[in-house]
Amino acid sequence: MVSYIKISLSAGRQGVTRVGIDKKIVKSVAFLSRIELDEKELEIYSRQLASIVSYINKLKEIDTKTVPPTSHPMAALKNVFRKDILKKSLELDDVLKNAPSKEGDSFKVPQIIECK
Amino acid sequence: MNTTYETVIGLEVHLQLRTETKVFCGCSTKFGSRPNSQTCPVCLGFPGSLPVLNEKAFLYSIKAALALNCAIQSLVKFDRKNYYYPDLPKNFQISQYDMPLSYNGSLEITSGGDRKRVRIKRIHLEEDAGKLTHPAKASYSLVDFNRAGMPLLEIVTEPDISSPQEAYDYLTALKAILQYLRISDCDMEKGSLRCDANASIRKSGEKKLGVKVEVKNMNSFRWVREALQYEADRQVSLLEAKENIIQETRLWDAGKMATISMRSKEEAQDYRYFPEPDLVPFMVEKTIIEEIRKALPELPEARTNRFVKDYSLSEYDAKILTSQIDLADYFEECAKQYENKKTIANWITCDIMAQMNIKNSGIIELGVLSKNLIGLLEMIDSQEISGKTAKDVLIEMIETKKNAYEIVESKGLLQISDRERIDQIIKNVLSKNGKSVNDYKNGKKNAMTFLVGQVMRQTQGKANPSIVNEILKKHLAE
Repeated sequence: MVSYIKISLSAGRQGVTRVGIDKKIVKSVAFLSRIELDEKELEIYSRQLASIVSYINKLKEIDTKTVPPTSHPMAALKNVFRKDILKKSLELDDVLKNAPSKEGDSFKVPQIIECK
Repeated sequence: MNTTYETVIGLEVHLQLRTETKVFCGCSTKFGSRPNSQTCPVCLGFPGSLPVLNEKAFLYSIKAALALNCAIQSLVKFDRKNYYYPDLPKNFQISQYDMPLSYNGSLEITSGGDRKRVRIKRIHLEEDAGKLTHPAKASYSLVDFNRAGMPLLEIVTEPDISSPQEAYDYLTALKAILQYLRISDCDMEKGSLRCDANASIRKSGEKKLGVKVEVKNMNSFRWVREALQYEADRQVSLLEAKENIIQETRLWDAGKMATISMRSKEEAQDYRYFPEPDLVPFMVEKTIIEEIRKALPELPEARTNRFVKDYSLSEYDAKILTSQIDLADYFEECAKQYENKKTIANWITCDIMAQMNIKNSGIIELGVLSKNLIGLLEMIDSQEISGKTAKDVLIEMIETKKNAYEIVESKGLLQISDRERIDQIIKNVLSKNGKSVNDYKNGKKNAMTFLVGQVMRQTQGKANPSIVNEILKKHLAE
Protein backbone atom coordinates (compact mmCIF):
# COMPACT_ATOMS: atom_id res chain seq x y z
CA MET A 1 0.00 0.00 0.00
CA VAL A 2 3.03 2.26 0.14
CA SER A 3 2.57 3.72 -3.30
CA TYR A 4 -1.05 4.48 -2.58
CA ILE A 5 -0.17 6.43 0.51
CA LYS A 6 2.49 8.37 -1.29
CA ILE A 7 0.23 9.39 -4.11
CA SER A 8 -2.69 10.36 -1.92
CA LEU A 9 -0.41 12.67 -0.01
CA SER A 10 0.60 14.39 -3.17
CA ALA A 11 -2.98 14.90 -4.25
CA GLY A 12 -2.87 18.34 -2.72
CA ARG A 13 -5.80 18.11 -0.36
CA GLN A 14 -4.03 19.18 2.78
CA GLY A 15 -4.22 22.75 3.83
CA VAL A 16 -7.75 23.17 2.58
CA THR A 17 -9.15 23.39 6.07
CA ARG A 18 -6.60 26.05 6.98
CA VAL A 19 -8.63 28.46 4.89
CA GLY A 20 -10.73 30.55 7.21
CA ILE A 21 -14.47 30.30 6.73
CA ASP A 22 -15.99 33.59 5.69
CA LYS A 23 -19.29 34.68 4.25
CA LYS A 24 -18.02 34.40 0.70
CA ILE A 25 -17.13 30.73 1.11
CA VAL A 26 -20.41 29.88 2.82
CA LYS A 27 -22.29 31.66 0.06
CA SER A 28 -20.54 29.71 -2.66
CA VAL A 29 -20.92 26.37 -0.84
CA ALA A 30 -24.60 27.14 -0.33
CA PHE A 31 -24.95 27.80 -4.05
CA LEU A 32 -23.21 24.55 -4.94
CA SER A 33 -25.54 22.71 -2.56
CA ARG A 34 -28.56 24.57 -3.90
CA ILE A 35 -29.40 25.92 -0.46
CA GLU A 36 -30.94 29.37 -0.32
CA LEU A 37 -29.62 31.51 2.53
CA ASP A 38 -30.68 35.01 3.43
CA GLU A 39 -28.30 37.62 4.80
CA LYS A 40 -29.07 36.75 8.41
CA GLU A 41 -28.57 33.00 7.90
CA LEU A 42 -25.36 33.67 6.04
CA GLU A 43 -24.13 35.56 9.07
CA ILE A 44 -25.07 32.77 11.50
CA TYR A 45 -23.70 29.91 9.42
CA SER A 46 -20.47 31.68 8.63
CA ARG A 47 -19.86 32.20 12.33
CA GLN A 48 -20.85 28.66 13.30
CA LEU A 49 -18.93 26.98 10.48
CA ALA A 50 -15.84 29.07 11.18
CA SER A 51 -15.95 27.94 14.75
CA ILE A 52 -16.39 24.28 13.79
CA VAL A 53 -13.57 24.39 11.28
CA SER A 54 -11.21 26.09 13.66
CA TYR A 55 -12.05 23.47 16.27
CA ILE A 56 -11.28 20.70 13.81
CA ASN A 57 -8.07 22.48 12.91
CA LYS A 58 -6.86 21.58 16.37
CA LEU A 59 -6.15 18.17 14.86
CA LYS A 60 -3.45 19.76 12.75
CA GLU A 61 -1.49 20.48 15.88
CA ILE A 62 -0.85 16.78 16.33
CA ASP A 63 2.39 15.56 14.86
CA THR A 64 1.36 12.87 12.35
CA LYS A 65 4.69 12.50 10.57
CA THR A 66 5.03 8.90 11.62
CA VAL A 67 1.37 7.96 11.23
CA PRO A 68 0.31 6.62 7.83
CA PRO A 69 -2.70 8.50 6.48
CA THR A 70 -5.94 6.56 6.45
CA SER A 71 -7.14 8.07 3.20
CA HIS A 72 -9.24 4.99 2.78
CA PRO A 73 -11.17 3.51 5.69
CA MET A 74 -10.20 -0.02 4.72
CA ALA A 75 -6.65 0.51 3.62
CA ALA A 76 -5.87 -3.19 3.71
CA LEU A 77 -8.48 -4.03 1.11
CA LYS A 78 -7.94 -3.76 -2.61
CA ASN A 79 -9.39 -5.12 -5.86
CA VAL A 80 -12.89 -5.86 -4.66
CA PHE A 81 -14.96 -6.81 -7.69
CA ARG A 82 -18.29 -8.32 -8.48
CA LYS A 83 -18.95 -10.58 -11.46
CA ASP A 84 -21.02 -9.20 -14.30
CA ILE A 85 -24.11 -11.11 -13.22
CA LEU A 86 -27.64 -9.75 -13.37
CA LYS A 87 -29.48 -9.09 -10.13
CA LYS A 88 -33.12 -8.30 -9.77
CA SER A 89 -33.83 -4.59 -9.85
CA LEU A 90 -36.39 -2.97 -7.58
CA GLU A 91 -40.05 -3.20 -8.50
CA LEU A 92 -41.06 -0.08 -10.38
CA ASP A 93 -43.71 0.73 -7.76
CA ASP A 94 -41.06 0.68 -5.06
CA VAL A 95 -38.67 2.79 -7.14
CA LEU A 96 -41.23 5.57 -7.42
CA LYS A 97 -42.79 5.11 -3.99
CA ASN A 98 -40.79 7.86 -2.29
CA ALA A 99 -40.76 10.25 -5.23
CA PRO A 100 -42.26 13.60 -4.25
CA SER A 101 -43.59 13.86 -7.77
CA LYS A 102 -43.89 11.40 -10.65
CA GLU A 103 -45.52 10.96 -14.04
CA GLY A 104 -46.02 7.56 -15.61
CA ASP A 105 -42.83 5.57 -14.94
CA SER A 106 -40.69 8.66 -14.49
CA PHE A 107 -39.61 10.97 -11.72
CA LYS A 108 -40.99 14.45 -12.26
CA VAL A 109 -38.70 17.38 -11.56
CA PRO A 110 -38.77 21.14 -12.16
CA GLN A 111 -38.08 21.97 -15.77
CA ILE A 112 -34.42 21.82 -16.74
CA ILE A 113 -33.59 24.53 -19.22
CA GLU A 114 -30.37 23.94 -21.08
CA CYS A 115 -30.37 26.91 -23.41
CA LYS A 116 -30.91 30.55 -22.67
CA MET B 1 -9.02 39.28 -43.47
CA ASN B 2 -5.31 38.74 -43.95
CA THR B 3 -4.48 36.86 -40.81
CA THR B 4 -4.71 33.12 -41.05
CA TYR B 5 -5.95 31.18 -38.07
CA GLU B 6 -5.55 27.62 -36.99
CA THR B 7 -8.09 25.58 -35.13
CA VAL B 8 -7.11 23.64 -32.03
CA ILE B 9 -9.44 20.81 -31.06
CA GLY B 10 -9.52 18.30 -28.25
CA LEU B 11 -12.14 15.59 -28.12
CA GLU B 12 -13.77 13.79 -25.23
CA VAL B 13 -15.50 10.54 -26.11
CA HIS B 14 -17.84 8.73 -23.76
CA LEU B 15 -18.35 5.08 -24.48
CA GLN B 16 -20.91 2.81 -22.83
CA LEU B 17 -19.32 -0.55 -22.24
CA ARG B 18 -21.24 -3.62 -23.34
CA THR B 19 -21.63 -5.39 -20.02
CA GLU B 20 -24.71 -7.24 -18.83
CA THR B 21 -24.96 -5.17 -15.69
CA LYS B 22 -24.20 -1.66 -14.52
CA VAL B 23 -20.78 -0.63 -13.30
CA PHE B 24 -21.49 -0.64 -9.55
CA CYS B 25 -24.65 -2.74 -9.20
CA GLY B 26 -26.36 -5.75 -10.74
CA CYS B 27 -29.07 -3.86 -12.66
CA SER B 28 -29.43 -4.61 -16.35
CA THR B 29 -27.89 -2.33 -18.98
CA LYS B 30 -30.52 -3.27 -21.58
CA PHE B 31 -31.51 -0.38 -23.82
CA GLY B 32 -35.08 0.75 -24.33
CA SER B 33 -36.79 -0.77 -21.27
CA ARG B 34 -39.54 0.88 -19.26
CA PRO B 35 -38.18 4.00 -17.54
CA ASN B 36 -36.74 3.31 -14.08
CA SER B 37 -37.38 -0.44 -14.32
CA GLN B 38 -33.64 -1.16 -14.18
CA THR B 39 -32.78 0.60 -10.96
CA CYS B 40 -31.90 -0.41 -7.41
CA PRO B 41 -30.81 1.24 -4.16
CA VAL B 42 -27.21 1.54 -5.46
CA CYS B 43 -27.89 3.30 -8.76
CA LEU B 44 -30.68 5.35 -7.20
CA GLY B 45 -28.26 6.49 -4.52
CA PHE B 46 -30.28 5.37 -1.51
CA PRO B 47 -28.55 6.02 1.80
CA GLY B 48 -26.46 3.13 3.00
CA SER B 49 -26.20 1.34 -0.34
CA LEU B 50 -22.73 0.32 -1.43
CA PRO B 51 -21.23 0.22 -4.93
CA VAL B 52 -19.10 -2.77 -5.99
CA LEU B 53 -17.08 -2.56 -9.20
CA ASN B 54 -18.09 -4.76 -12.14
CA GLU B 55 -14.98 -6.75 -13.01
CA LYS B 56 -15.86 -7.04 -16.67
CA ALA B 57 -16.26 -3.27 -17.04
CA PHE B 58 -12.83 -2.84 -15.49
CA LEU B 59 -11.23 -5.42 -17.77
CA TYR B 60 -12.92 -3.92 -20.83
CA SER B 61 -11.52 -0.53 -19.83
CA ILE B 62 -8.02 -1.96 -19.64
CA LYS B 63 -8.53 -3.53 -23.06
CA ALA B 64 -9.49 -0.18 -24.58
CA ALA B 65 -6.63 1.61 -22.84
CA LEU B 66 -4.09 -0.91 -24.14
CA ALA B 67 -5.46 -0.79 -27.69
CA LEU B 68 -4.98 2.97 -27.54
CA ASN B 69 -1.41 2.58 -26.33
CA CYS B 70 -2.07 3.94 -22.86
CA ALA B 71 -0.08 3.09 -19.78
CA ILE B 72 -2.20 1.35 -17.17
CA GLN B 73 -1.56 2.86 -13.75
CA SER B 74 -0.33 0.56 -11.04
CA LEU B 75 -2.81 2.04 -8.61
CA VAL B 76 -6.28 3.12 -9.62
CA LYS B 77 -8.88 4.76 -7.46
CA PHE B 78 -12.33 6.26 -7.84
CA ASP B 79 -13.47 9.71 -6.76
CA ARG B 80 -16.70 11.52 -6.25
CA LYS B 81 -17.42 14.37 -8.62
CA ASN B 82 -19.96 16.52 -6.85
CA TYR B 83 -22.62 18.52 -8.60
CA TYR B 84 -26.34 19.05 -8.41
CA TYR B 85 -28.38 18.04 -11.39
CA PRO B 86 -31.61 16.04 -11.51
CA ASP B 87 -30.04 13.31 -13.65
CA LEU B 88 -27.65 12.49 -10.84
CA PRO B 89 -29.44 10.64 -8.03
CA LYS B 90 -26.60 10.81 -5.51
CA ASN B 91 -25.65 14.41 -6.30
CA PHE B 92 -22.24 13.08 -7.17
CA GLN B 93 -20.92 10.94 -9.98
CA ILE B 94 -18.45 8.19 -9.25
CA SER B 95 -15.59 9.01 -11.58
CA GLN B 96 -11.81 9.14 -11.49
CA TYR B 97 -9.82 12.23 -10.71
CA ASP B 98 -6.14 12.11 -9.91
CA MET B 99 -5.49 8.39 -10.20
CA PRO B 100 -7.38 7.28 -13.31
CA LEU B 101 -7.02 3.97 -15.06
CA SER B 102 -4.52 5.12 -17.64
CA TYR B 103 -2.59 7.97 -19.20
CA ASN B 104 -0.50 8.85 -22.22
CA GLY B 105 -1.89 6.94 -25.15
CA SER B 106 -2.03 7.74 -28.82
CA LEU B 107 -3.91 6.94 -31.96
CA GLU B 108 -2.40 7.19 -35.44
CA ILE B 109 -4.86 8.38 -38.03
CA THR B 110 -4.81 9.17 -41.73
CA SER B 111 -6.42 12.47 -42.60
CA GLY B 112 -6.40 13.98 -46.07
CA GLY B 113 -3.63 11.59 -47.09
CA ASP B 114 -1.39 12.57 -44.17
CA ARG B 115 -0.48 10.47 -41.18
CA LYS B 116 -1.08 12.08 -37.85
CA ARG B 117 -0.59 11.01 -34.28
CA VAL B 118 -3.27 12.17 -31.86
CA ARG B 119 -2.14 11.88 -28.26
CA ILE B 120 -4.60 10.48 -25.78
CA LYS B 121 -4.35 12.27 -22.49
CA ARG B 122 -6.22 9.85 -20.29
CA ILE B 123 -8.83 7.12 -20.22
CA HIS B 124 -10.92 6.57 -17.15
CA LEU B 125 -13.96 4.66 -16.01
CA GLU B 126 -17.02 6.31 -14.53
CA GLU B 127 -20.75 5.89 -14.19
CA ASP B 128 -23.30 7.37 -16.55
CA ALA B 129 -26.04 9.73 -15.35
CA GLY B 130 -29.79 9.30 -15.82
CA LYS B 131 -31.72 10.52 -18.80
CA LEU B 132 -33.82 13.67 -18.77
CA THR B 133 -36.71 14.26 -21.11
CA HIS B 134 -38.52 17.50 -21.56
CA PRO B 135 -42.11 16.91 -22.67
CA ALA B 136 -43.26 19.48 -25.20
CA LYS B 137 -45.02 22.50 -23.70
CA ALA B 138 -44.71 21.02 -20.19
CA SER B 139 -43.29 23.08 -17.37
CA TYR B 140 -41.37 20.14 -15.92
CA SER B 141 -38.84 17.48 -16.89
CA LEU B 142 -38.91 13.71 -16.44
CA VAL B 143 -36.09 11.54 -15.17
CA ASP B 144 -35.30 7.94 -16.12
CA PHE B 145 -32.51 6.40 -14.05
CA ASN B 146 -32.10 3.25 -16.18
CA ARG B 147 -28.98 4.84 -17.64
CA ALA B 148 -27.66 5.95 -14.25
CA GLY B 149 -24.76 3.73 -13.31
CA MET B 150 -24.08 2.38 -16.80
CA PRO B 151 -20.34 1.80 -17.24
CA LEU B 152 -18.87 4.71 -19.15
CA LEU B 153 -15.37 4.98 -20.47
CA GLU B 154 -14.08 8.51 -20.99
CA ILE B 155 -11.38 8.91 -23.62
CA VAL B 156 -9.79 12.35 -23.71
CA THR B 157 -7.33 13.57 -26.34
CA GLU B 158 -4.70 16.27 -26.02
CA PRO B 159 -5.51 19.35 -28.12
CA ASP B 160 -3.73 17.77 -31.09
CA ILE B 161 -6.50 17.90 -33.65
CA SER B 162 -6.20 20.78 -36.08
CA SER B 163 -9.30 20.71 -38.26
CA PRO B 164 -12.93 19.60 -38.15
CA GLN B 165 -12.13 16.96 -40.79
CA GLU B 166 -9.30 15.64 -38.65
CA ALA B 167 -11.73 15.37 -35.74
CA TYR B 168 -14.03 13.35 -37.98
CA ASP B 169 -11.18 11.08 -39.07
CA TYR B 170 -10.02 10.58 -35.49
CA LEU B 171 -13.52 9.61 -34.39
CA THR B 172 -13.92 7.20 -37.30
CA ALA B 173 -10.61 5.52 -36.52
CA LEU B 174 -11.38 5.41 -32.79
CA LYS B 175 -14.83 3.92 -33.34
CA ALA B 176 -13.42 1.22 -35.61
CA ILE B 177 -10.90 0.20 -32.93
CA LEU B 178 -13.52 0.19 -30.18
CA GLN B 179 -15.80 -1.95 -32.34
CA TYR B 180 -12.97 -4.39 -33.02
CA LEU B 181 -12.48 -4.79 -29.27
CA ARG B 182 -16.15 -5.76 -28.98
CA ILE B 183 -16.49 -3.84 -25.74
CA SER B 184 -19.32 -1.58 -26.88
CA ASP B 185 -21.91 -1.45 -29.61
CA CYS B 186 -20.64 2.07 -30.39
CA ASP B 187 -24.14 3.09 -31.45
CA MET B 188 -24.41 6.88 -31.48
CA GLU B 189 -28.16 6.73 -31.99
CA LYS B 190 -28.60 4.83 -28.75
CA GLY B 191 -26.11 7.14 -27.07
CA SER B 192 -23.58 4.40 -26.40
CA LEU B 193 -20.92 6.55 -28.06
CA ARG B 194 -21.01 10.28 -27.44
CA CYS B 195 -18.59 13.06 -28.21
CA ASP B 196 -17.92 16.50 -26.78
CA ALA B 197 -15.33 18.83 -28.21
CA ASN B 198 -13.16 21.68 -27.02
CA ALA B 199 -12.31 24.14 -29.74
CA SER B 200 -10.24 27.28 -29.85
CA ILE B 201 -8.46 29.23 -32.54
CA ARG B 202 -5.18 31.08 -32.63
CA LYS B 203 -3.21 32.98 -35.19
CA SER B 204 -1.06 30.62 -37.22
CA GLY B 205 2.32 30.13 -35.71
CA GLU B 206 1.28 31.30 -32.27
CA LYS B 207 2.16 29.04 -29.36
CA LYS B 208 -0.39 30.18 -26.81
CA LEU B 209 -3.79 28.52 -26.96
CA GLY B 210 -6.85 30.69 -27.50
CA VAL B 211 -9.93 30.78 -25.27
CA LYS B 212 -11.59 27.41 -25.52
CA VAL B 213 -15.24 26.73 -26.03
CA GLU B 214 -16.82 23.42 -25.17
CA VAL B 215 -19.31 22.09 -27.73
CA LYS B 216 -21.86 19.44 -26.80
CA ASN B 217 -24.91 17.70 -28.19
CA MET B 218 -23.48 16.39 -31.44
CA ASN B 219 -24.95 12.96 -32.04
CA SER B 220 -23.15 11.98 -35.20
CA PHE B 221 -19.59 12.34 -36.44
CA ARG B 222 -20.94 14.49 -39.25
CA TRP B 223 -22.45 16.88 -36.73
CA VAL B 224 -19.17 16.99 -34.85
CA ARG B 225 -17.48 18.13 -38.04
CA GLU B 226 -20.21 20.65 -38.86
CA ALA B 227 -20.34 22.02 -35.33
CA LEU B 228 -16.57 22.45 -35.16
CA GLN B 229 -16.52 24.20 -38.53
CA TYR B 230 -19.28 26.51 -37.36
CA GLU B 231 -17.45 27.14 -34.11
CA ALA B 232 -14.12 27.86 -35.79
CA ASP B 233 -15.78 30.30 -38.20
CA ARG B 234 -17.67 31.95 -35.37
CA GLN B 235 -14.53 32.44 -33.32
CA VAL B 236 -12.59 33.83 -36.26
CA SER B 237 -15.32 36.38 -36.97
CA LEU B 238 -15.30 37.43 -33.32
CA LEU B 239 -11.54 38.00 -33.35
CA GLU B 240 -11.72 39.79 -36.69
CA ALA B 241 -14.38 42.07 -35.22
CA LYS B 242 -12.07 42.66 -32.24
CA GLU B 243 -14.55 41.02 -29.92
CA ASN B 244 -13.81 38.61 -27.11
CA ILE B 245 -14.37 34.89 -27.21
CA ILE B 246 -16.06 33.80 -24.00
CA GLN B 247 -15.07 30.57 -22.34
CA GLU B 248 -18.38 28.73 -22.23
CA THR B 249 -20.31 25.62 -23.14
CA ARG B 250 -22.31 25.71 -26.36
CA LEU B 251 -24.85 23.25 -27.69
CA TRP B 252 -24.98 22.20 -31.33
CA ASP B 253 -28.42 22.78 -32.81
CA ALA B 254 -28.61 20.62 -35.93
CA GLY B 255 -31.86 22.28 -37.00
CA LYS B 256 -30.31 25.74 -36.99
CA MET B 257 -26.89 24.38 -38.01
CA ALA B 258 -25.37 26.55 -35.30
CA THR B 259 -23.91 26.34 -31.80
CA ILE B 260 -25.92 28.06 -29.11
CA SER B 261 -24.68 29.33 -25.78
CA MET B 262 -25.76 27.39 -22.70
CA ARG B 263 -26.47 29.37 -19.52
CA SER B 264 -24.86 32.73 -19.97
CA LYS B 265 -24.10 33.29 -16.29
CA GLU B 266 -22.14 30.09 -15.86
CA GLU B 267 -20.79 29.93 -12.32
CA ALA B 268 -17.30 28.60 -12.09
CA GLN B 269 -17.66 24.83 -11.77
CA ASP B 270 -16.36 23.40 -8.57
CA TYR B 271 -16.74 19.65 -8.49
CA ARG B 272 -15.02 19.25 -5.09
CA TYR B 273 -13.58 15.87 -6.04
CA PHE B 274 -12.67 13.62 -3.16
CA PRO B 275 -11.85 9.91 -2.92
CA GLU B 276 -14.88 7.60 -3.08
CA PRO B 277 -14.73 5.99 0.35
CA ASP B 278 -17.10 3.16 -0.64
CA LEU B 279 -14.73 1.73 -3.25
CA VAL B 280 -11.38 0.28 -2.37
CA PRO B 281 -8.31 1.03 -4.47
CA PHE B 282 -7.42 -1.20 -7.41
CA MET B 283 -3.99 -2.49 -8.23
CA VAL B 284 -3.79 -4.28 -11.53
CA GLU B 285 -1.32 -7.14 -11.68
CA LYS B 286 1.19 -6.81 -14.51
CA THR B 287 0.47 -10.38 -15.57
CA ILE B 288 -3.20 -9.54 -16.07
CA ILE B 289 -2.31 -6.51 -18.15
CA GLU B 290 0.00 -8.63 -20.29
CA GLU B 291 -2.65 -11.31 -20.70
CA ILE B 292 -5.15 -8.73 -21.94
CA ARG B 293 -2.55 -7.19 -24.22
CA LYS B 294 -1.77 -10.56 -25.77
CA ALA B 295 -5.44 -11.29 -26.32
CA LEU B 296 -6.05 -8.00 -28.17
CA PRO B 297 -7.61 -8.73 -31.54
CA GLU B 298 -6.13 -7.69 -34.86
CA LEU B 299 -6.95 -3.99 -35.08
CA PRO B 300 -8.29 -2.15 -38.16
CA GLU B 301 -4.95 -0.92 -39.44
CA ALA B 302 -3.28 -4.32 -39.24
CA ARG B 303 -6.28 -5.86 -40.90
CA THR B 304 -6.16 -3.33 -43.75
CA ASN B 305 -2.54 -4.23 -44.40
CA ARG B 306 -3.34 -7.92 -44.30
CA PHE B 307 -6.23 -7.50 -46.74
CA VAL B 308 -3.90 -5.73 -49.18
CA LYS B 309 -1.30 -8.46 -48.83
CA ASP B 310 -3.44 -11.60 -48.64
CA TYR B 311 -6.24 -10.70 -51.01
CA SER B 312 -4.38 -8.33 -53.33
CA LEU B 313 -6.94 -5.60 -52.71
CA SER B 314 -6.24 -1.93 -53.23
CA GLU B 315 -5.53 -0.04 -50.03
CA TYR B 316 -8.67 1.98 -50.71
CA ASP B 317 -10.91 -1.09 -50.83
CA ALA B 318 -9.15 -2.70 -47.88
CA LYS B 319 -9.69 0.42 -45.79
CA ILE B 320 -13.38 0.59 -46.56
CA LEU B 321 -13.87 -3.10 -45.80
CA THR B 322 -11.98 -2.98 -42.50
CA SER B 323 -13.62 0.24 -41.31
CA GLN B 324 -16.39 -1.88 -39.78
CA ILE B 325 -15.54 -5.15 -38.12
CA ASP B 326 -18.72 -6.88 -39.28
CA LEU B 327 -18.06 -5.85 -42.85
CA ALA B 328 -14.49 -7.11 -42.70
CA ASP B 329 -15.68 -10.41 -41.22
CA TYR B 330 -18.30 -10.66 -43.96
CA PHE B 331 -15.70 -10.10 -46.65
CA GLU B 332 -13.48 -12.81 -45.21
CA GLU B 333 -16.39 -15.23 -45.03
CA CYS B 334 -17.09 -14.58 -48.70
CA ALA B 335 -13.41 -14.82 -49.60
CA LYS B 336 -13.32 -18.37 -48.26
CA GLN B 337 -16.00 -19.38 -50.73
CA TYR B 338 -14.99 -17.56 -53.90
CA GLU B 339 -11.80 -17.18 -55.89
CA ASN B 340 -11.94 -13.64 -57.24
CA LYS B 341 -11.46 -11.44 -54.17
CA LYS B 342 -11.51 -8.21 -56.14
CA THR B 343 -15.01 -9.04 -57.43
CA ILE B 344 -16.22 -9.66 -53.88
CA ALA B 345 -14.69 -6.39 -52.73
CA ASN B 346 -16.35 -4.52 -55.60
CA TRP B 347 -19.77 -5.94 -54.82
CA ILE B 348 -19.47 -5.20 -51.11
CA THR B 349 -18.05 -1.70 -51.41
CA CYS B 350 -20.46 -0.67 -54.19
CA ASP B 351 -23.81 -2.41 -54.31
CA ILE B 352 -24.01 -3.83 -50.79
CA MET B 353 -22.77 -0.69 -49.06
CA ALA B 354 -25.12 1.44 -51.16
CA GLN B 355 -28.00 -0.64 -49.80
CA MET B 356 -26.61 -0.38 -46.26
CA ASN B 357 -26.65 3.40 -46.66
CA ILE B 358 -30.16 3.48 -48.03
CA LYS B 359 -31.43 1.26 -45.25
CA ASN B 360 -29.15 2.79 -42.63
CA SER B 361 -28.23 -0.69 -41.48
CA GLY B 362 -25.16 -2.77 -40.83
CA ILE B 363 -24.17 -5.73 -42.94
CA ILE B 364 -25.71 -8.23 -40.54
CA GLU B 365 -29.11 -6.53 -40.45
CA LEU B 366 -29.05 -6.28 -44.24
CA GLY B 367 -29.51 -10.04 -44.18
CA VAL B 368 -27.59 -11.15 -47.26
CA LEU B 369 -25.79 -14.29 -46.17
CA SER B 370 -22.27 -14.61 -47.52
CA LYS B 371 -23.17 -17.85 -49.31
CA ASN B 372 -26.05 -16.04 -51.01
CA LEU B 373 -23.82 -13.26 -52.30
CA ILE B 374 -21.42 -15.88 -53.62
CA GLY B 375 -24.37 -17.72 -55.19
CA LEU B 376 -25.22 -14.52 -57.03
CA LEU B 377 -21.65 -14.04 -58.25
CA GLU B 378 -21.54 -17.63 -59.47
CA MET B 379 -24.68 -17.09 -61.53
CA ILE B 380 -22.93 -14.22 -63.27
CA ASP B 381 -19.85 -16.37 -63.87
CA SER B 382 -21.89 -19.17 -65.39
CA GLN B 383 -23.65 -16.60 -67.56
CA GLU B 384 -27.05 -17.51 -66.16
CA ILE B 385 -27.63 -13.82 -65.49
CA SER B 386 -25.91 -10.65 -66.66
CA GLY B 387 -24.06 -8.36 -64.28
CA LYS B 388 -26.80 -5.80 -64.77
CA THR B 389 -29.57 -8.24 -63.86
CA ALA B 390 -27.52 -9.32 -60.85
CA LYS B 391 -27.71 -5.81 -59.38
CA ASP B 392 -31.52 -5.99 -59.47
CA VAL B 393 -31.47 -9.51 -58.08
CA LEU B 394 -29.35 -8.34 -55.13
CA ILE B 395 -31.91 -5.70 -54.21
CA GLU B 396 -34.62 -8.34 -54.45
CA MET B 397 -32.52 -10.64 -52.23
CA ILE B 398 -32.38 -7.93 -49.57
CA GLU B 399 -36.12 -7.31 -49.76
CA THR B 400 -37.25 -10.92 -49.79
CA LYS B 401 -34.35 -12.69 -48.00
CA LYS B 402 -34.49 -15.29 -50.80
CA ASN B 403 -31.38 -16.53 -52.51
CA ALA B 404 -30.35 -15.45 -55.99
CA TYR B 405 -31.37 -18.68 -57.70
CA GLU B 406 -34.89 -18.61 -56.26
CA ILE B 407 -35.39 -15.04 -57.46
CA VAL B 408 -33.96 -15.62 -60.93
CA GLU B 409 -36.08 -18.74 -61.27
CA SER B 410 -39.36 -17.26 -60.09
CA LYS B 411 -38.96 -14.04 -62.08
CA GLY B 412 -37.80 -15.81 -65.25
CA LEU B 413 -34.62 -13.77 -65.33
CA LEU B 414 -32.39 -16.57 -66.52
CA GLN B 415 -30.15 -15.23 -69.23
CA ILE B 416 -30.50 -16.82 -72.65
CA SER B 417 -27.12 -18.21 -73.58
CA ASP B 418 -28.42 -20.90 -75.89
CA ARG B 419 -26.64 -20.07 -79.17
CA GLU B 420 -29.21 -21.75 -81.37
CA ARG B 421 -32.07 -19.85 -79.78
CA ILE B 422 -30.23 -16.57 -80.04
CA ASP B 423 -29.37 -17.34 -83.63
CA GLN B 424 -33.08 -17.88 -84.36
CA ILE B 425 -34.06 -14.61 -82.75
CA ILE B 426 -31.34 -12.71 -84.61
CA LYS B 427 -32.37 -14.16 -87.96
CA ASN B 428 -35.91 -13.06 -87.21
CA VAL B 429 -34.81 -9.53 -86.29
CA LEU B 430 -32.61 -9.23 -89.38
CA SER B 431 -35.40 -10.29 -91.71
CA LYS B 432 -37.70 -7.61 -90.29
CA ASN B 433 -35.11 -4.84 -90.36
CA GLY B 434 -33.69 -4.96 -93.85
CA LYS B 435 -33.11 -1.20 -93.85
CA SER B 436 -30.85 -1.26 -90.84
CA VAL B 437 -28.93 -4.19 -92.26
CA ASN B 438 -28.35 -2.16 -95.43
CA ASP B 439 -27.40 0.91 -93.40
CA TYR B 440 -24.83 -1.15 -91.55
CA LYS B 441 -23.39 -2.56 -94.74
CA ASN B 442 -23.22 0.99 -96.11
CA GLY B 443 -21.02 1.98 -93.21
CA LYS B 444 -23.50 3.23 -90.60
CA LYS B 445 -21.98 1.31 -87.71
CA ASN B 446 -24.53 2.51 -85.16
CA ALA B 447 -27.17 0.48 -86.97
CA MET B 448 -25.60 -2.39 -85.07
CA THR B 449 -26.61 -0.87 -81.74
CA PHE B 450 -30.17 -0.61 -82.99
CA LEU B 451 -30.18 -4.28 -84.03
CA VAL B 452 -28.79 -5.41 -80.67
CA GLY B 453 -31.54 -3.38 -79.05
CA GLN B 454 -34.16 -5.17 -81.13
CA VAL B 455 -32.80 -8.58 -80.07
CA MET B 456 -32.86 -7.50 -76.43
CA ARG B 457 -36.42 -6.31 -76.84
CA GLN B 458 -37.45 -9.66 -78.21
CA THR B 459 -35.92 -11.40 -75.21
CA GLN B 460 -36.95 -8.91 -72.50
CA GLY B 461 -33.28 -8.12 -72.00
CA LYS B 462 -32.37 -11.69 -71.14
CA ALA B 463 -30.18 -12.55 -74.12
CA ASN B 464 -26.53 -12.88 -73.24
CA PRO B 465 -25.12 -9.65 -74.69
CA SER B 466 -21.73 -10.99 -75.68
CA ILE B 467 -23.25 -13.93 -77.56
CA VAL B 468 -25.73 -11.59 -79.26
CA ASN B 469 -22.89 -9.36 -80.40
CA GLU B 470 -20.84 -12.23 -81.68
CA ILE B 471 -23.61 -13.92 -83.69
CA LEU B 472 -24.99 -10.65 -84.99
CA LYS B 473 -21.55 -9.59 -86.29
CA LYS B 474 -21.19 -12.93 -88.00
CA HIS B 475 -24.50 -12.56 -89.81
CA LEU B 476 -23.86 -8.96 -90.82
CA ALA B 477 -20.51 -9.93 -92.25
CA GLU B 478 -22.14 -12.49 -94.52
